[in-house]
Amino acid sequence: MSELPPFLLFFAAALLSAFTRGLPRQLILLATPVVAGLYLWQGISPGTDIAYSVMGYELQILRADKLSLLFGYLFCIAGFFGAIYALHVKDTKQHIAGMTYAGSALGAVFAGDLITLFIFWELLAISSVFLIWARGTERALKAGMRYLVYQVLSGVLLLAGALVFYHQTGTLEFNHIGLEAGVAGWLIFIAFGIKCAFPFLHTWLTDGYPEATVTGTVFLSAFTTKVAVYSLARGFAGEEILVYIGVTMACFPIFYAVIENDLRRVLAYSLINQVGFMVTGVGIGTALALNGAVAHAFSDVIFKGLLFMSMGAVLYRVGNINGSDLGGLYKSMPKTTALCVVGALSISAFPLFSGFVSKSMVMTALMQENHGYFWLLMLFASAGVFHHAGIKIPYFAFFHHDSGIRTQEAPTNMLVAMSVAAFLCLFIGMQPQYLYALLPWEVDYWPYDLTHVLAQTQLLFFSALAFVWLNKQGLYPPELHSVNLDAEWFYRRLIPAGTHRTVNILARAKTSVVTTVTNQIQGAQKQFDKSPLAKYHLSESWPTGSMVFWISMILAFLLLDIFSLGLLA
Amino acid sequence: MSDEKEKIHIFDRQENVDRLLKGFYAICVLLVVLDLILHRHIGFVWEKLPAFYAIYGFVACVLLVVIAKKMRNVLMRGEDYYDE
Repeated sequence: MSELPPFLLFFAAALLSAFTRGLPRQLILLATPVVAGLYLWQGISPGTDIAYSVMGYELQILRADKLSLLFGYLFCIAGFFGAIYALHVKDTKQHIAGMTYAGSALGAVFAGDLITLFIFWELLAISSVFLIWARGTERALKAGMRYLVYQVLSGVLLLAGALVFYHQTGTLEFNHIGLEAGVAGWLIFIAFGIKCAFPFLHTWLTDGYPEATVTGTVFLSAFTTKVAVYSLARGFAGEEILVYIGVTMACFPIFYAVIENDLRRVLAYSLINQVGFMVTGVGIGTALALNGAVAHAFSDVIFKGLLFMSMGAVLYRVGNINGSDLGGLYKSMPKTTALCVVGALSISAFPLFSGFVSKSMVMTALMQENHGYFWLLMLFASAGVFHHAGIKIPYFAFFHHDSGIRTQEAPTNMLVAMSVAAFLCLFIGMQPQYLYALLPWEVDYWPYDLTHVLAQTQLLFFSALAFVWLNKQGLYPPELHSVNLDAEWFYRRLIPAGTHRTVNILARAKTSVVTTVTNQIQGAQKQFDKSPLAKYHLSESWPTGSMVFWISMILAFLLLDIFSLGLLA
Repeated sequence: MSDEKEKIHIFDRQENVDRLLKGFYAICVLLVVLDLILHRHIGFVWEKLPAFYAIYGFVACVLLVVIAKKMRNVLMRGEDYYDE
């Protein structure tokens, strides 16, 4: 039974969905994640591996342990609610892309060596970009292109790193790599870092995800960054630099999220913020921290999926997702509102919701390792999450002032998908022991004690109080139609503008050189004309006609000459 | 757009909003009182401050918003900035 790598199920579904339509295709899309999930659950146990050899290299297409299995289950769950959410979509290429993308994510987390990982890494990039392009807008096309450049660059670095690593160590096995592996370590680290949206390498995410289709963003938010978190946890656990990177990732996006108008872009910034918690956990590297990192990845895929689904439903019904134009939608979309609020409470880590049971592990690990200042910064980030994702998202979309928009409730399939995710958010939050049992490292941890619950509730309620107070005082920044400059400015504005300027300067330089030389020549000619020499016949400037005449004479002479030579011979 | 026949929704009535806010303020007060009565575990020195989390949460969010507003002066551009 366990001779079949699970990603093949998704690839087969991708192939089948190309040839089927209507109900059969819907059944295939729904059944695949369920079958794959059950197969992982029952058919593959930790320690299973499937090897194959290519050109003399022994490669491992499936290596299962608790870490990879956890992500495997997670991706099947995400594939499941993603498929329900996209059930109404008729666009074949989106279904093919979605299934291939989910399959590639599964392939990547079960890859036992760096080459197999690289193959799935690139498949993730190529399949996912179609979910952006499928939107069909000019912006989506361009954003997809920029997204693809980043993703492929990440793949190239991974391949280069893998080859150097093989050269140094003689093995391609994907286990702990660490930065002490030198150039190879750094190349792979940056490859992972791009997909993980490290600061300054993150703009493909905030640029691309909001431009994708309504259903595509749900898939996008689940897989790429989580594969990267998995890879960091396996390859670079305990690298101290990751703590610095993770804390930065948790903190800087919340400022952007507060002033961003496109609510799906707010969620994209918030995604980086949540990945920051995971990266920090990986960086701390203790068993509790690593468990926290992967557990948080697990809850994040579900609650972030739920939030993207609710905003997607708004975009689907209203055709607009700008905070400045929405408001009062709870009147026409009450169910979507309620489900969005569940997602918002989960991401904010309210007790009884999924974010609480996973994020608190990272926070406790920071405390145990005595990282006081980082802990304070992460507490700031936690308060900020509630502020921008927990309150801002539902408030500006569904409440706020009445925008006058009256629409319909989200389609049934979307409501079902959101309900599945919302149920999981609550289930994980209330019964965390089931998630904890899946965690790869042995740790005795329980989130519900008086200190945690009281502290977290206070933090969140007073963050909300700040929101209420700022609003009442009129200090809260209004939602405005705008673009906020981020690191992408360097390649979307500075470099193109710089190139433009350079070309302009060169063009002007050329003109002035040509003018100067021409003037000099004309000046010399004038001087010459004034001199007595100009009177001699030979020094007169000849008209072009005489030039042509003399050249044709020379040619005629040559022709005769050649003929005569030919006749003589 | 307001249709005269349209149903009056829950937050259309100001008294409902006020009720919600009053309940919310009451919970905030209750949380501070609980903090003074109950004993929290202390990991870092600053946690000893009474209602530390409440103060921190409030100050953090106000700072966040104030700084983010200032950032707009530097970072904000027109919606078509990159499309020009």
